[in-house]
Amino acid sequence: MIRYILTFICAFCTYLVLTAGSGDIWLWSAFEIVTGLIIAFVVSLASAKWFCRGADYRMANPLRWALLGLYICIPFFLELIRANIDVAIRIITGNINPGIVKVNPGLTTGFGQLLFANSITLTPGTLTLEADEKTGDFYIHMLSVPREMVKQKTADAADLFSFFKIHEWVRRIAE
Amino acid sequence: MVAEFIVTIFLGLGLLAVGLGVVGILRFPDVYTRLHAETKMTTCGAIFICIAVVITEIGAYLASGEMQYAVLGLHTVLALAALVFTNAIGAHAIGRAAYRAGVRPDPAVVDRMKGVNTDD
Repeated sequence: MIRYILTFICAFCTYLVLTAGSGDIWLWSAFEIVTGLIIAFVVSLASAKWFCRGADYRMANPLRWALLGLYICIPFFLELIRANIDVAIRIITGNINPGIVKVNPGLTTGFGQLLFANSITLTPGTLTLEADEKTGDFYIHMLSVPREMVKQKTADAADLFSFFKIHEWVRRIAE
Repeated sequence: MVAEFIVTIFLGLGLLAVGLGVVGILRFPDVYTRLHAETKMTTCGAIFICIAVVITEIGAYLASGEMQYAVLGLHTVLALAALVFTNAIGAHAIGRAAYRAGVRPDPAVVDRMKGVNTDD
């Protein structure tokens, strides 16, 4: 039951964001609110099974979403900018030293792993190629592998980032 | 006037990032390094261009008071969120597919994925 309610709320909120400014009951017209309720109901019936897989509802906590917003605006954005400057310099100079390394940040939940894999892909000269859900291993292609990392069998996740401990942030948000 | 200046700067930064991404695709040696240029630079470029759009829309909203401009800004933010997520997932899918198809990173100083069973 909870999964249907959560999917309904998410679908309804998404519909409200997409139709904001349509009328004068706050920001929405009565027609859009009723349509949104009907559509959210149908969507929740159809997709709750996939949207809330497993009995893990920790992401229903709004505080975690607030933390996710903060994470995207500050640590993630700053790492993204730094990564882009780094890649831009490497594009111009052609100074690359690529390789695939293995990292295990110790994340266990599906959402945590997804968030970490996506953060890795968009941040410091790294690209997630494969993630093993069971062991939590990530295989990461790096544009420039530091010399000490070449010898390590499993690299330390903290060595991948420059300003923030992204894996700690992801753990706080999703685990 | 100030807003226009800021918008121009953000548009310029966005175009520079996307342009460098194109150069990177041409310059880098293999599929994995090209994915780096493709994913990161286009995402960063899109973020700057979307910031420019949002600033323009907020300016138009404040000047005219019409809701449609604010709504357009909100939709731009949503489109950006979708783009950032799908760009990363798309790059992951291409990289994984390339590795499974037998394309090995060349050049590579280390390949820890070699011999790992990637079948689910």
